[in-house]
Amino acid sequence: MSQIEIADLQQRHGSRTTLKGVSLTIEKGEVLAIIGPTGSGKTTLLRLIDQLDKPAFGRVLFDEREVTPRLRTKIRRRISMVLQKPVVFDASVYDNVAYPLRVRKYSRKAIPEKVNTMLQTVGLDGYQKRNARTLSGGETQKVALARALVTDPQVLLLDEPTANLDPVSLNSIEEFILRFNRDKGMTIVIATHEMAQGQRLAHRIGVMMDGELVQVGKPADIFYTPSDLRVAHFVGVENILKGRITSNEGGLAQIETNGHSLEAVTDHRMGAEVHVCIRPEEVTISLQPPSSSARNSFGGEVKLMALSGPYARVEIDCGFTLIALITRRSAEDLGLKVGQQVHASFKATAVHVISRAGSNQAEAPGPTVESSATSGEPPDIKPPNQSLFFPS
Amino acid sequence: MSAASTILAALVCIPIGGLISFRSFRGKRFVLNMIQTLYSVPTVCVGLFVYLLISHSGPLGRFGWAFTPTAMVLGQALLITPIMIGMTVSALSGVDKTIRDTTLSLGASEAQAIWAIIKEARFAMGAGLILGFGRAISEVGAALILGGNIAGYTRVLTTAISLEATQGNFDTALAFGIILLCVALVIAVTVNVVQQRR
Repeated sequence: MSQIEIADLQQRHGSRTTLKGVSLTIEKGEVLAIIGPTGSGKTTLLRLIDQLDKPAFGRVLFDEREVTPRLRTKIRRRISMVLQKPVVFDASVYDNVAYPLRVRKYSRKAIPEKVNTMLQTVGLDGYQKRNARTLSGGETQKVALARALVTDPQVLLLDEPTANLDPVSLNSIEEFILRFNRDKGMTIVIATHEMAQGQRLAHRIGVMMDGELVQVGKPADIFYTPSDLRVAHFVGVENILKGRITSNEGGLAQIETNGHSLEAVTDHRMGAEVHVCIRPEEVTISLQPPSSSARNSFGGEVKLMALSGPYARVEIDCGFTLIALITRRSAEDLGLKVGQQVHASFKATAVHVISRAGSNQAEAPGPTVESSATSGEPPDIKPPNQSLFFPS
Repeated sequence: MSAASTILAALVCIPIGGLISFRSFRGKRFVLNMIQTLYSVPTVCVGLFVYLLISHSGPLGRFGWAFTPTAMVLGQALLITPIMIGMTVSALSGVDKTIRDTTLSLGASEAQAIWAIIKEARFAMGAGLILGFGRAISEVGAALILGGNIAGYTRVLTTAISLEATQGNFDTALAFGIILLCVALVIAVTVNVVQQRR
Protein backbone atom coordinates (compact mmCIF):
# COMPACT_ATOMS: atom_id res chain seq x y z
CA MET A 1 0.00 0.00 0.00
CA SER A 2 1.29 3.41 -0.83
CA GLN A 3 2.12 5.63 2.14
CA ILE A 4 2.82 8.77 0.18
CA GLU A 5 1.76 9.60 -3.31
CA ILE A 6 3.18 12.62 -5.04
CA ALA A 7 1.48 13.85 -8.20
CA ASP A 8 3.02 16.36 -10.60
CA LEU A 9 4.62 18.38 -7.84
CA GLN A 10 6.07 21.70 -8.91
CA GLN A 11 7.81 24.36 -6.88
CA ARG A 12 9.17 27.80 -7.63
CA HIS A 13 11.57 30.01 -5.73
CA GLY A 14 11.26 33.46 -7.20
CA SER A 15 11.57 33.07 -10.95
CA ARG A 16 13.43 29.78 -10.63
CA THR A 17 11.57 26.49 -10.99
CA THR A 18 13.13 24.18 -8.43
CA LEU A 19 10.83 21.22 -8.93
CA LYS A 20 9.49 20.35 -12.34
CA GLY A 21 6.52 18.05 -12.08
CA VAL A 22 7.71 15.25 -9.84
CA SER A 23 5.45 12.22 -9.48
CA LEU A 24 6.38 9.40 -7.14
CA THR A 25 4.80 6.73 -4.98
CA ILE A 26 6.44 5.77 -1.71
CA GLU A 27 5.40 2.42 -0.31
CA LYS A 28 4.80 1.67 3.37
CA GLY A 29 7.92 0.36 5.08
CA GLU A 30 10.35 1.09 2.28
CA VAL A 31 13.59 2.99 2.42
CA LEU A 32 13.77 5.33 -0.53
CA ALA A 33 16.90 7.33 -1.23
CA ILE A 34 16.63 10.50 -3.27
CA ILE A 35 20.05 11.10 -4.73
CA GLY A 36 21.25 13.94 -6.87
CA PRO A 37 23.78 16.73 -6.92
CA THR A 38 23.47 19.79 -4.67
CA GLY A 39 20.68 22.06 -5.88
CA SER A 40 18.84 19.32 -7.75
CA GLY A 41 15.65 19.74 -5.69
CA LYS A 42 15.99 16.99 -3.08
CA THR A 43 15.41 19.27 -0.09
CA THR A 44 12.55 21.04 -1.88
CA LEU A 45 10.86 17.68 -2.40
CA LEU A 46 11.29 16.59 1.23
CA ARG A 47 9.96 19.92 2.50
CA LEU A 48 6.86 19.51 0.37
CA ILE A 49 6.33 15.97 1.62
CA ASP A 50 6.60 17.27 5.20
CA GLN A 51 4.12 20.07 4.42
CA LEU A 52 6.66 22.72 5.42
CA ASP A 53 6.07 24.55 2.14
CA LYS A 54 3.14 24.86 -0.20
CA PRO A 55 3.75 23.57 -3.72
CA ALA A 56 3.27 25.86 -6.72
CA PHE A 57 1.35 23.03 -8.34
CA GLY A 58 0.56 19.38 -7.72
CA ARG A 59 -0.37 17.51 -4.60
CA VAL A 60 0.81 15.12 -1.95
CA LEU A 61 -1.43 12.30 -0.73
CA PHE A 62 -0.76 10.69 2.62
CA ASP A 63 -2.35 7.27 3.13
CA GLU A 64 -4.35 8.03 0.00
CA ARG A 65 -5.82 11.19 1.56
CA GLU A 66 -5.11 14.63 0.29
CA VAL A 67 -3.41 16.85 2.86
CA THR A 68 -5.67 19.87 3.34
CA PRO A 69 -4.54 22.89 5.39
CA ARG A 70 -6.74 21.71 8.26
CA LEU A 71 -5.11 18.27 8.27
CA ARG A 72 -1.60 19.63 7.91
CA THR A 73 -0.47 19.53 11.55
CA LYS A 74 -2.23 16.21 12.11
CA ILE A 75 -0.47 14.59 9.15
CA ARG A 76 2.84 16.22 10.03
CA ARG A 77 2.63 14.60 13.45
CA ARG A 78 2.83 11.21 11.76
CA ILE A 79 5.97 12.29 9.92
CA SER A 80 9.31 13.33 11.36
CA MET A 81 11.94 15.17 9.45
CA VAL A 82 15.58 15.72 10.27
CA LEU A 83 16.63 18.83 8.42
CA GLN A 84 19.95 19.28 6.74
CA LYS A 85 22.30 20.82 9.32
CA PRO A 86 19.81 20.23 12.14
CA VAL A 87 19.44 22.90 14.80
CA VAL A 88 18.95 21.94 18.40
CA PHE A 89 17.09 24.16 20.81
CA ASP A 90 19.11 26.19 23.27
CA ALA A 91 18.07 23.79 26.03
CA SER A 92 19.14 20.49 27.57
CA VAL A 93 19.43 17.31 25.51
CA TYR A 94 16.48 15.96 27.51
CA ASP A 95 14.29 18.96 26.71
CA ASN A 96 15.22 18.73 23.04
CA VAL A 97 14.17 15.11 22.77
CA ALA A 98 11.07 15.69 24.91
CA TYR A 99 9.89 18.56 22.69
CA PRO A 100 7.92 16.55 20.09
CA LEU A 101 6.21 14.63 22.89
CA ARG A 102 5.26 17.85 24.69
CA VAL A 103 3.73 19.43 21.62
CA ARG A 104 1.71 16.25 21.17
CA LYS A 105 0.51 16.60 24.78
CA TYR A 106 1.93 13.32 26.05
CA SER A 107 1.31 12.85 29.77
CA ARG A 108 4.04 14.05 32.11
CA LYS A 109 4.55 10.49 33.30
CA ALA A 110 5.08 9.01 29.84
CA ILE A 111 7.67 11.53 28.63
CA PRO A 112 10.72 10.68 30.82
CA GLU A 113 10.57 6.98 30.00
CA LYS A 114 10.29 7.56 26.26
CA VAL A 115 13.05 10.20 26.21
CA ASN A 116 15.47 8.15 28.29
CA THR A 117 14.87 4.99 26.25
CA MET A 118 15.47 6.91 23.04
CA LEU A 119 18.65 8.50 24.36
CA GLN A 120 19.88 5.04 25.31
CA THR A 121 19.07 3.76 21.83
CA VAL A 122 21.13 6.44 20.13
CA GLY A 123 23.96 6.10 22.66
CA LEU A 124 23.45 9.41 24.43
CA ASP A 125 22.49 8.09 27.85
CA GLY A 126 23.99 10.35 30.51
CA TYR A 127 23.76 13.41 28.24
CA GLN A 128 20.28 14.34 29.52
CA LYS A 129 21.33 17.51 31.34
CA ARG A 130 23.95 18.74 28.86
CA ASN A 131 23.03 21.83 26.86
CA ALA A 132 22.44 20.53 23.34
CA ARG A 133 24.28 23.50 21.84
CA THR A 134 27.54 22.32 23.40
CA LEU A 135 27.59 18.94 21.62
CA SER A 136 29.81 17.84 18.75
CA GLY A 137 28.50 17.47 15.17
CA GLY A 138 27.93 13.73 15.50
CA GLU A 139 26.23 14.09 18.88
CA THR A 140 24.02 16.92 17.59
CA GLN A 141 22.97 14.71 14.69
CA LYS A 142 22.13 11.94 17.15
CA VAL A 143 20.02 14.35 19.25
CA ALA A 144 18.21 15.44 16.08
CA LEU A 145 17.60 11.82 15.15
CA ALA A 146 16.45 10.89 18.66
CA ARG A 147 14.10 13.89 18.64
CA ALA A 148 12.66 12.79 15.31
CA LEU A 149 12.27 9.15 16.33
CA VAL A 150 10.93 9.54 19.87
CA THR A 151 7.33 9.76 18.64
CA ASP A 152 7.58 6.56 16.58
CA PRO A 153 6.62 8.32 13.36
CA GLN A 154 5.23 6.39 10.44
CA VAL A 155 7.45 8.25 8.05
CA LEU A 156 10.97 9.54 8.65
CA LEU A 157 12.40 12.11 6.27
CA LEU A 158 16.15 12.62 6.43
CA ASP A 159 17.86 15.42 4.56
CA GLU A 160 21.57 14.64 4.17
CA PRO A 161 21.62 12.92 7.55
CA THR A 162 25.33 12.19 7.58
CA ALA A 163 26.83 15.15 5.74
CA ASN A 164 30.03 16.34 7.45
CA LEU A 165 30.15 13.42 9.87
CA ASP A 166 33.18 11.32 10.69
CA PRO A 167 33.04 7.67 9.50
CA VAL A 168 32.29 6.28 12.97
CA SER A 169 29.30 8.60 13.55
CA LEU A 170 28.17 7.94 9.97
CA ASN A 171 28.14 4.19 10.53
CA SER A 172 26.21 4.41 13.78
CA ILE A 173 23.61 6.75 12.28
CA GLU A 174 23.15 4.50 9.28
CA GLU A 175 22.71 1.58 11.67
CA PHE A 176 19.88 3.37 13.55
CA ILE A 177 18.17 4.19 10.31
CA LEU A 178 18.24 0.58 9.15
CA ARG A 179 17.22 -0.72 12.58
CA PHE A 180 14.17 1.52 12.78
CA ASN A 181 13.09 0.52 9.31
CA ARG A 182 13.56 -3.19 10.09
CA ASP A 183 12.06 -3.25 13.60
CA LYS A 184 9.22 -0.78 13.23
CA GLY A 185 8.48 -0.96 9.52
CA MET A 186 9.06 2.78 9.36
CA THR A 187 8.92 4.34 5.91
CA ILE A 188 12.14 6.27 5.40
CA VAL A 189 13.02 8.79 2.73
CA ILE A 190 16.66 9.90 2.66
CA ALA A 191 17.96 12.73 0.53
CA THR A 192 21.66 12.39 -0.05
CA HIS A 193 24.24 13.52 -2.56
CA GLU A 194 26.27 10.46 -1.72
CA MET A 195 25.22 7.67 -4.04
CA ALA A 196 27.03 4.99 -2.04
CA GLN A 197 24.88 5.83 0.97
CA GLY A 198 21.77 5.45 -1.15
CA GLN A 199 22.98 2.04 -2.19
CA ARG A 200 23.83 0.95 1.35
CA LEU A 201 20.49 1.96 2.86
CA ALA A 202 17.76 2.05 0.28
CA HIS A 203 15.39 -0.45 -1.27
CA ARG A 204 14.83 1.99 -4.11
CA ILE A 205 16.65 5.02 -5.35
CA GLY A 206 15.27 8.06 -7.12
CA VAL A 207 17.71 10.26 -9.00
CA MET A 208 16.98 13.99 -9.13
CA MET A 209 18.61 16.22 -11.67
CA ASP A 210 17.83 19.90 -12.06
CA GLY A 211 14.40 19.64 -10.43
CA GLU A 212 13.36 16.51 -12.26
CA LEU A 213 13.07 12.97 -11.00
CA VAL A 214 14.89 11.33 -13.88
CA GLN A 215 15.04 7.71 -12.77
CA VAL A 216 13.55 5.60 -10.00
CA GLY A 217 14.54 2.00 -9.47
CA LYS A 218 16.44 -0.57 -7.47
CA PRO A 219 20.00 0.48 -6.64
CA ALA A 220 21.46 -2.00 -9.14
CA ASP A 221 19.27 -0.58 -11.92
CA ILE A 222 20.44 2.93 -11.18
CA PHE A 223 24.10 2.06 -10.99
CA TYR A 224 24.31 -0.39 -13.90
CA THR A 225 21.64 0.88 -16.25
CA PRO A 226 21.33 4.65 -15.81
CA SER A 227 18.53 6.01 -17.94
CA ASP A 228 20.46 8.98 -19.28
CA LEU A 229 23.87 10.57 -19.38
CA ARG A 230 23.27 12.86 -16.41
CA VAL A 231 22.43 9.89 -14.20
CA ALA A 232 25.39 7.95 -15.61
CA HIS A 233 27.75 10.78 -14.73
CA PHE A 234 26.29 11.16 -11.28
CA VAL A 235 26.45 7.48 -10.33
CA GLY A 236 30.11 7.29 -11.26
CA VAL A 237 30.12 5.87 -14.78
CA GLU A 238 33.40 7.43 -15.79
CA ASN A 239 33.78 5.76 -19.16
CA ILE A 240 31.23 7.25 -21.55
CA LEU A 241 32.01 6.93 -25.24
CA LYS A 242 30.08 8.01 -28.30
CA GLY A 243 29.46 5.19 -30.76
CA ARG A 244 27.27 3.63 -33.43
CA ILE A 245 25.91 0.11 -33.53
CA THR A 246 27.27 -1.65 -36.60
CA SER A 247 25.54 -4.98 -36.07
CA ASN A 248 23.29 -6.72 -33.57
CA GLU A 249 22.84 -10.46 -33.62
CA GLY A 250 20.55 -11.84 -30.97
CA GLY A 251 21.32 -9.03 -28.57
CA LEU A 252 25.10 -9.14 -28.95
CA ALA A 253 25.98 -5.87 -30.67
CA GLN A 254 29.14 -4.58 -32.24
CA ILE A 255 29.68 -0.90 -31.54
CA GLU A 256 32.06 1.33 -33.45
CA THR A 257 33.64 3.92 -31.17
CA ASN A 258 36.64 6.18 -31.82
CA GLY A 259 37.79 3.83 -34.58
CA HIS A 260 37.60 0.82 -32.32
CA SER A 261 35.01 -1.89 -32.15
CA LEU A 262 33.59 -3.22 -28.95
CA GLU A 263 30.90 -5.72 -28.04
CA ALA A 264 27.91 -5.08 -25.84
CA VAL A 265 24.78 -6.92 -24.80
CA THR A 266 21.97 -4.59 -25.82
CA ASP A 267 18.66 -4.43 -27.66
CA HIS A 268 19.56 -1.29 -29.63
CA ARG A 269 19.30 -1.85 -33.35
CA MET A 270 21.96 -1.65 -36.03
CA GLY A 271 22.72 1.92 -37.05
CA ALA A 272 21.65 3.44 -33.72
CA GLU A 273 23.75 6.33 -32.42
CA VAL A 274 24.53 5.56 -28.81
CA HIS A 275 26.51 6.37 -25.72
CA VAL A 276 28.50 3.47 -24.36
CA CYS A 277 28.82 3.41 -20.56
CA ILE A 278 31.33 1.26 -18.72
CA ARG A 279 31.74 1.55 -14.94
CA PRO A 280 35.41 1.95 -14.06
CA GLU A 281 35.31 -0.93 -11.59
CA GLU A 282 34.18 -3.25 -14.44
CA VAL A 283 37.47 -2.65 -16.26
CA THR A 284 40.22 -5.10 -15.36
CA ILE A 285 43.90 -4.59 -16.07
CA SER A 286 46.42 -7.25 -17.00
CA LEU A 287 49.95 -7.20 -18.30
CA GLN A 288 49.27 -9.99 -20.82
CA PRO A 289 46.27 -10.23 -23.20
CA PRO A 290 43.49 -11.83 -21.14
CA SER A 291 42.39 -15.37 -21.78
CA SER A 292 39.14 -14.87 -19.86
CA SER A 293 35.60 -14.49 -21.18
CA ALA A 294 35.95 -10.71 -21.43
CA ARG A 295 35.02 -9.97 -25.03
CA ASN A 296 36.47 -6.50 -25.04
CA SER A 297 40.21 -6.14 -24.61
CA PHE A 298 42.33 -3.19 -25.62
CA GLY A 299 46.05 -2.68 -25.36
CA GLY A 300 47.16 0.71 -24.10
CA GLU A 301 49.49 2.80 -22.03
CA VAL A 302 48.96 3.88 -18.43
CA LYS A 303 48.63 7.67 -18.53
CA LEU A 304 47.81 8.44 -14.94
CA MET A 305 47.47 6.67 -11.62
CA ALA A 306 45.79 8.18 -8.61
CA LEU A 307 45.60 6.43 -5.27
CA SER A 308 42.57 7.02 -3.14
CA GLY A 309 42.32 5.04 0.08
CA PRO A 310 42.43 1.34 -0.73
CA TYR A 311 41.77 1.93 -4.43
CA ALA A 312 43.73 3.00 -7.46
CA ARG A 313 42.22 4.88 -10.37
CA VAL A 314 44.10 4.17 -13.56
CA GLU A 315 43.72 6.04 -16.84
CA ILE A 316 44.72 4.02 -19.86
CA ASP A 317 45.15 5.39 -23.38
CA CYS A 318 43.86 2.69 -25.73
CA GLY A 319 43.36 5.11 -28.62
CA PHE A 320 40.52 6.37 -26.44
CA THR A 321 40.79 6.87 -22.70
CA LEU A 322 39.55 4.10 -20.49
CA ILE A 323 39.42 4.51 -16.71
CA ALA A 324 39.77 1.53 -14.43
CA LEU A 325 39.22 1.38 -10.72
CA ILE A 326 41.17 -1.46 -9.11
CA THR A 327 42.34 -2.17 -5.60
CA ARG A 328 45.58 -0.60 -4.57
CA ARG A 329 46.91 -4.07 -3.83
CA SER A 330 46.17 -5.23 -7.40
CA ALA A 331 47.96 -2.18 -8.73
CA GLU A 332 50.97 -3.00 -6.56
CA ASP A 333 50.90 -6.69 -7.56
CA LEU A 334 50.89 -5.70 -11.24
CA GLY A 335 53.64 -3.18 -10.57
CA LEU A 336 51.62 -0.55 -12.46
CA LYS A 337 53.29 2.73 -13.25
CA VAL A 338 52.71 5.58 -15.65
CA GLY A 339 53.93 4.79 -19.17
CA GLN A 340 53.51 1.01 -18.77
CA GLN A 341 51.84 -1.03 -21.54
CA VAL A 342 48.82 -2.96 -20.24
CA HIS A 343 45.63 -4.63 -21.43
CA ALA A 344 42.29 -3.27 -20.31
CA SER A 345 39.32 -5.62 -20.54
CA PHE A 346 35.63 -5.62 -19.73
CA LYS A 347 32.77 -7.98 -20.44
CA ALA A 348 30.12 -7.36 -23.07
CA THR A 349 27.55 -7.55 -20.24
CA ALA A 350 29.37 -4.77 -18.37
CA VAL A 351 28.58 -2.31 -21.16
CA HIS A 352 25.43 -0.24 -20.78
CA VAL A 353 24.16 1.42 -23.92
CA ILE A 354 22.10 4.63 -23.91
CA SER A 355 20.49 5.90 -27.11
CA ARG A 356 21.67 9.27 -28.36
CA ALA A 357 18.53 9.78 -30.43
CA GLY A 358 16.63 12.87 -29.33
CA SER A 359 18.99 13.35 -26.43
CA ASN A 360 20.74 16.59 -25.85
CA GLN A 361 22.04 15.51 -22.50
CA ALA A 362 25.61 15.19 -23.72
CA GLU A 363 26.07 18.65 -22.27
CA ALA A 364 25.51 17.31 -18.81
CA PRO A 365 27.91 18.65 -16.21
CA GLY A 366 31.06 16.80 -15.32
CA PRO A 367 34.02 15.85 -17.44
CA THR A 368 33.54 12.95 -19.80
CA VAL A 369 36.08 10.54 -21.13
CA GLU A 370 35.45 11.65 -24.66
CA SER A 371 36.18 15.26 -23.86
CA SER A 372 39.53 14.51 -22.30
CA ALA A 373 40.34 11.99 -25.02
CA THR A 374 39.58 14.28 -27.92
CA SER A 375 40.82 17.55 -26.55
CA GLY A 376 44.32 16.20 -26.01
CA GLU A 377 44.53 18.13 -22.76
CA PRO A 378 46.44 16.57 -19.89
CA PRO A 379 44.02 14.51 -17.88
CA ASP A 380 42.79 15.71 -14.52
CA ILE A 381 44.68 14.57 -11.50
CA LYS A 382 41.45 14.24 -9.57
CA PRO A 383 38.80 11.80 -10.72
CA PRO A 384 35.53 13.46 -11.72
CA ASN A 385 33.76 11.59 -8.99
CA GLN A 386 35.62 11.22 -5.75
CA SER A 387 33.41 8.57 -4.20
CA LEU A 388 34.71 5.16 -4.85
CA PHE A 389 31.88 2.82 -5.21
CA PHE A 390 31.64 -0.90 -5.78
CA PRO A 391 28.14 -2.20 -6.33
CA SER A 392 27.50 -5.52 -4.68
CA MET B 1 3.58 51.11 38.09
CA SER B 2 6.26 50.97 35.40
CA ALA B 3 6.50 47.21 35.92
CA ALA B 4 2.75 46.91 35.45
CA SER B 5 2.86 48.92 32.25
CA THR B 6 5.84 46.88 30.99
CA ILE B 7 3.97 43.62 31.68
CA LEU B 8 0.82 44.99 30.06
CA ALA B 9 2.80 46.15 27.02
CA ALA B 10 4.66 42.83 26.80
CA LEU B 11 1.39 40.88 26.82
CA VAL B 12 0.19 42.87 23.83
CA CYS B 13 3.49 43.45 22.04
CA ILE B 14 5.05 39.99 22.04
CA PRO B 15 2.14 38.39 20.13
CA ILE B 16 1.96 41.38 17.75
CA GLY B 17 5.73 41.29 17.25
CA GLY B 18 5.47 37.55 16.64
CA LEU B 19 2.77 38.05 14.02
CA ILE B 20 4.74 40.77 12.23
CA SER B 21 7.87 38.67 12.35
CA PHE B 22 6.36 35.39 11.12
CA ARG B 23 3.81 36.57 8.61
CA SER B 24 4.81 38.09 5.33
CA PHE B 25 2.31 40.70 4.18
CA ARG B 26 2.14 43.69 1.92
CA GLY B 27 3.48 46.82 3.57
CA LYS B 28 5.47 44.95 6.25
CA ARG B 29 8.51 47.17 5.71
CA PHE B 30 6.34 50.28 6.02
CA VAL B 31 4.83 49.00 9.27
CA LEU B 32 8.33 48.37 10.66
CA ASN B 33 9.46 51.86 9.63
CA MET B 34 6.44 53.37 11.36
CA ILE B 35 7.08 51.36 14.52
CA GLN B 36 10.71 52.47 14.57
CA THR B 37 9.68 56.10 14.08
CA LEU B 38 7.36 55.82 17.07
CA TYR B 39 10.32 54.84 19.28
CA SER B 40 10.94 58.57 19.57
CA VAL B 41 7.36 59.72 20.12
CA PRO B 42 7.43 62.47 22.78
CA THR B 43 6.08 61.24 26.10
CA VAL B 44 3.84 64.30 26.48
CA CYS B 45 2.19 63.50 23.12
CA VAL B 46 1.34 59.99 24.31
CA GLY B 47 0.11 61.49 27.58
CA LEU B 48 -2.07 63.97 25.75
CA PHE B 49 -3.45 61.30 23.41
CA VAL B 50 -4.42 59.02 26.29
CA TYR B 51 -5.76 62.00 28.25
CA LEU B 52 -8.09 62.85 25.35
CA LEU B 53 -9.30 59.23 25.35
CA ILE B 54 -10.00 59.01 29.08
CA SER B 55 -11.04 62.57 29.96
CA HIS B 56 -14.71 63.12 30.81
CA SER B 57 -15.67 63.96 27.26
CA GLY B 58 -13.43 61.28 25.73
CA PRO B 59 -14.64 57.90 24.42
CA LEU B 60 -13.35 56.13 27.58
CA GLY B 61 -14.46 58.96 29.90
CA ARG B 62 -17.15 56.93 31.64
CA PHE B 63 -14.53 54.74 33.36
CA GLY B 64 -13.29 57.75 35.33
CA TRP B 65 -9.62 56.90 34.80
CA ALA B 66 -8.36 60.46 34.57
CA PHE B 67 -5.69 61.28 37.21
CA THR B 68 -5.50 57.68 38.44
CA PRO B 69 -2.62 55.19 38.43
CA THR B 70 -4.61 53.18 35.84
CA ALA B 71 -4.31 56.08 33.42
CA MET B 72 -0.57 56.25 34.02
CA VAL B 73 -0.12 52.52 33.42
CA LEU B 74 -2.14 52.81 30.22
CA GLY B 75 -0.10 55.79 29.04
CA GLN B 76 3.25 54.21 29.81
CA ALA B 77 2.21 50.91 28.21
CA LEU B 78 1.20 52.76 25.06
CA LEU B 79 4.43 54.75 25.15
CA ILE B 80 6.66 51.69 25.18
CA THR B 81 4.52 49.64 22.77
CA PRO B 82 6.55 50.59 19.66
CA ILE B 83 9.87 49.76 21.35
CA MET B 84 8.56 46.45 22.65
CA ILE B 85 7.10 45.44 19.26
CA GLY B 86 10.26 46.52 17.47
CA MET B 87 12.52 44.69 19.92
CA THR B 88 10.34 41.57 19.65
CA VAL B 89 10.57 41.62 15.86
CA SER B 90 14.34 42.07 15.89
CA ALA B 91 14.82 39.44 18.63
CA LEU B 92 12.77 36.91 16.69
CA SER B 93 14.48 37.65 13.42
CA GLY B 94 17.79 36.90 15.17
CA VAL B 95 16.71 33.30 15.81
CA ASP B 96 17.99 30.71 13.34
CA LYS B 97 15.35 30.46 10.60
CA THR B 98 15.48 26.69 10.71
CA ILE B 99 14.14 26.67 14.29
CA ARG B 100 10.67 27.32 12.92
CA ASP B 101 10.98 24.50 10.37
CA THR B 102 12.46 22.26 13.04
CA THR B 103 9.55 22.79 15.43
CA LEU B 104 6.96 22.36 12.68
CA SER B 105 8.61 19.20 11.39
CA LEU B 106 8.60 17.85 14.94
CA GLY B 107 4.83 18.24 15.04
CA ALA B 108 4.37 21.69 16.55
CA SER B 109 1.35 23.75 15.60
CA GLU B 110 1.94 27.27 14.30
CA ALA B 111 1.35 28.74 17.79
CA GLN B 112 3.67 26.19 19.43
CA ALA B 113 6.33 27.02 16.84
CA ILE B 114 6.07 30.73 17.62
CA TRP B 115 6.34 30.04 21.34
CA ALA B 116 9.46 27.89 20.77
CA ILE B 117 11.05 30.71 18.78
CA ILE B 118 10.20 33.23 21.49
CA LYS B 119 11.91 30.93 24.00
CA GLU B 120 14.98 30.72 21.75
CA ALA B 121 15.02 34.52 21.57
CA ARG B 122 14.64 34.94 25.33
CA PHE B 123 17.88 36.88 25.84
CA ALA B 124 17.10 39.45 23.18
CA MET B 125 13.50 39.57 24.40
CA GLY B 126 14.75 40.22 27.93
CA ALA B 127 16.80 43.13 26.62
CA GLY B 128 13.62 44.47 24.99
CA LEU B 129 11.75 44.19 28.29
CA ILE B 130 14.48 46.07 30.15
CA LEU B 131 14.56 48.76 27.48
CA GLY B 132 10.77 49.15 27.63
CA PHE B 133 10.83 49.26 31.41
CA GLY B 134 13.62 51.82 31.29
CA ARG B 135 11.60 54.12 29.09
CA ALA B 136 8.49 53.66 31.26
CA ILE B 137 10.20 54.33 34.59
CA SER B 138 12.15 57.34 33.34
CA GLU B 139 9.42 59.21 31.49
CA VAL B 140 7.77 62.22 33.09
CA GLY B 141 5.52 63.78 30.45
CA ALA B 142 2.77 61.15 30.32
CA ALA B 143 2.89 60.56 34.07
CA LEU B 144 2.36 64.27 34.72
CA ILE B 145 -0.51 64.73 32.26
CA LEU B 146 -2.32 61.48 33.10
CA GLY B 147 -1.61 61.22 36.84
CA GLY B 148 -1.58 64.88 37.77
CA ASN B 149 1.25 64.34 40.31
CA ILE B 150 -1.12 63.88 43.25
CA ALA B 151 0.96 63.26 46.37
CA GLY B 152 0.59 59.74 47.76
CA TYR B 153 -1.57 58.70 44.81
CA THR B 154 -0.14 59.42 41.39
CA ARG B 155 3.16 60.99 42.30
CA VAL B 156 6.01 58.86 41.00
CA LEU B 157 9.78 59.31 41.19
CA THR B 158 10.08 61.22 37.94
CA THR B 159 7.23 63.62 38.68
CA ALA B 160 8.61 64.07 42.17
CA ILE B 161 12.05 64.89 40.73
CA SER B 162 10.47 67.39 38.38
CA LEU B 163 8.54 69.01 41.25
CA GLU B 164 11.51 69.13 43.62
CA ALA B 165 13.69 70.61 40.87
CA THR B 166 11.22 73.38 40.11
CA GLN B 167 11.08 74.17 43.85
CA GLY B 168 14.87 74.45 43.96
CA ASN B 169 15.40 71.29 46.07
CA PHE B 170 18.15 69.99 43.81
CA ASP B 171 19.65 67.62 46.37
CA THR B 172 16.31 65.86 46.94
CA ALA B 173 15.73 65.71 43.17
CA LEU B 174 19.15 64.16 42.65
CA ALA B 175 18.55 61.66 45.46
CA PHE B 176 15.28 60.59 43.82
CA GLY B 177 17.18 60.19 40.55
CA ILE B 178 19.66 57.86 42.22
CA ILE B 179 16.83 55.86 43.79
CA LEU B 180 15.24 55.53 40.36
CA LEU B 181 18.46 54.21 38.87
CA CYS B 182 18.79 51.73 41.76
CA VAL B 183 15.30 50.40 41.04
CA ALA B 184 16.26 50.01 37.37
CA LEU B 185 19.44 48.20 38.39
CA VAL B 186 17.50 45.72 40.56
CA ILE B 187 15.06 45.02 37.73
CA ALA B 188 17.83 44.52 35.15
CA VAL B 189 19.77 42.16 37.41
CA THR B 190 16.61 40.20 38.22
CA VAL B 191 15.68 39.77 34.54
CA ASN B 192 19.22 38.59 33.73
CA VAL B 193 19.29 36.11 36.60
CA VAL B 194 15.90 34.68 35.61
CA GLN B 195 17.06 34.27 32.00
CA GLN B 196 20.23 32.47 32.92
CA ARG B 197 18.40 30.02 35.11
CA ARG B 198 16.18 28.77 32.28
